[in-house]
Amino acid sequence: MTARSLESGAPARERAASPSLWARIWQNDAPGYLFLLPWLIGFFGLTIGPIITSLYLSFTDFDLLTSPDWVGADNYIRMFTNDPKFWASMRVTMVFVIFSVPLKLAFALAVAMLLNRGMRGLPLYRALFYLPSLLGASVAIAILWRQIFARDGLVNDFLSIFGIVGPSWISSPQYSLWTLIILAVWQFGSPMIIFLAGLRQIPQDMYEAASLDGAGKWRQFVKITLPLLTPVVFFNAIIQTIEAFKSFTPAFIISGGTGNPINSTLFYTLYLYQEAFGFFRMGYASALAWVLLALVGVFTAFSFLTSKYWVHYDD
Amino acid sequence: MTDAPVKLEVVGLRTLSPMQRRLLSVLTHAALLAVSVLMLYPLLWMLAASFRPENEIFTSASIWPSEWSLDSYVRGWNGLRTSFGTFFTNSFIVSILSVCGNVLACSMAAFAFARLNFKFKNFWFAMMLMTLMLPYQVTLIPQYVLFRQLGWVNTFLPLVVPKFLAADGFFIFLMVQFFRGLPKELDEAAQMDGCSPWRIYWKIIMPLSMPVLATAAIFTFIWTWDDFFGPLIYLSEMKTYTVMLGLRTFTDSTGESDYGGLFAMSVASIVPIFLFFLFFQRLLIEGIATTGMKR
Repeated sequence: MTARSLESGAPARERAASPSLWARIWQNDAPGYLFLLPWLIGFFGLTIGPIITSLYLSFTDFDLLTSPDWVGADNYIRMFTNDPKFWASMRVTMVFVIFSVPLKLAFALAVAMLLNRGMRGLPLYRALFYLPSLLGASVAIAILWRQIFARDGLVNDFLSIFGIVGPSWISSPQYSLWTLIILAVWQFGSPMIIFLAGLRQIPQDMYEAASLDGAGKWRQFVKITLPLLTPVVFFNAIIQTIEAFKSFTPAFIISGGTGNPINSTLFYTLYLYQEAFGFFRMGYASALAWVLLALVGVFTAFSFLTSKYWVHYDD
Repeated sequence: MTDAPVKLEVVGLRTLSPMQRRLLSVLTHAALLAVSVLMLYPLLWMLAASFRPENEIFTSASIWPSEWSLDSYVRGWNGLRTSFGTFFTNSFIVSILSVCGNVLACSMAAFAFARLNFKFKNFWFAMMLMTLMLPYQVTLIPQYVLFRQLGWVNTFLPLVVPKFLAADGFFIFLMVQFFRGLPKELDEAAQMDGCSPWRIYWKIIMPLSMPVLATAAIFTFIWTWDDFFGPLIYLSEMKTYTVMLGLRTFTDSTGESDYGGLFAMSVASIVPIFLFFLFFQRLLIEGIATTGMKR
């Protein structure tokens, strides 16, 4: 009797359990995965798959027409020991990131603070300052920039009023990169809007209390505004730095795709493009991409790790 | 957003006399105006240059042309073998398909993340956030190889299909934030009434999310319209060019001799973006303020 009931009980329980298990999965998990399906296909097909393939290709010689040849770490070794253009592009990108990001953020913060004083016409100014951010990535603006900083361009027209004869900024190796830095700083609008939103979160009574205690404007800025704004500064800095590392179009248009004069505008992304789609050295370009990933990864990890020492969070 | 000009006294300006306060306000306006003019001058100059007669473009730095002419537009429009009409059509096709793809696929993924429960949800969400940080160069070459093998080079597919696979995680993130803000009771009540998740998504969440969907649509349009790198890699036949590629070819071929035409087409290329800016400025600015967009 006992044995029999056990015998028949177990499969019965199984029978009862298995549809309900499946039903549960179908009920609980299936809708989520169905909605996620397009993203999942994209994630595996266009992100994870390509990342792994790209890592593999970075250890090969690959010209797109014949199958990849395994060459071990040769690409990386050549890059670091025997490729002056790699170092040139690295230097250009670093200078660009190191100068354009802080300048852009400083400008964005300064203007945001001016605007945050309850000015009349704030929406108008905000819109005007935002416009370059919106248009800036366009090829049209890069073309305009090439014109502004040409020998007979707008900047030199302006300088000639004071009797200064300016050089052709675009085609002089000392200045060409700076024209691109100015172009990046010109687009300070979107971090400015984020700063403005952050400034509005700061309780005004803090300033009142501080000024009652006799703290001057500068002290208020250093002791209240800046600390409370550090999460926003942090956010803006990360986003803008990653964007700066990825910048491509302006350098491409302004130098006609060459990175000249004397590689002074050879952004890392531009060099990668030349290797991949100019010379079809896909293996080497993949290695370049992985070094860029490592660079961005190290930067991001470093920012997040150090953030607890300087980013101020409530609670 | 509230832009009330009432905070003046709160920001510690109380100690100033009315006269000083007035002076400060005037100085601030002067500074802001100076910055605005400095920033917008190049844009206005290009706009003016596009309407100038050819011989006048470089002779004056002033904004106002001595006479207005549309010659540059006519010359520029037909300045290349293929007319800019084709490029504009192509850009519109790519941008509009991208908008459809992004809005649909990203909202579906966002709905799953924000309103449904399933195994490993947090893991997938973390993966999605990781892709936000990824430089596109890392996936570039294998993607190119893949699309080439599929025979998609010189078609719009490599530019559009990824959008239907929600490849731009940024918009998923944007929508997740918004969906989470909608009251949970809506879904629960609908579920009680026997609503399927699909109907909840389509009949409840989507109609309530028009602001965020519009923001995503507008930014997708603008970014796709502006995109230069994708078309540069995948489109090599002139009849498939987008406006940005057309402009680049213009600078290479006739640009050196025909600045008027080049400026005219440059201006024309940013008109659609400018219109979005004019009509949806508030949506754009709020989108940036609440989520922190890169551009």
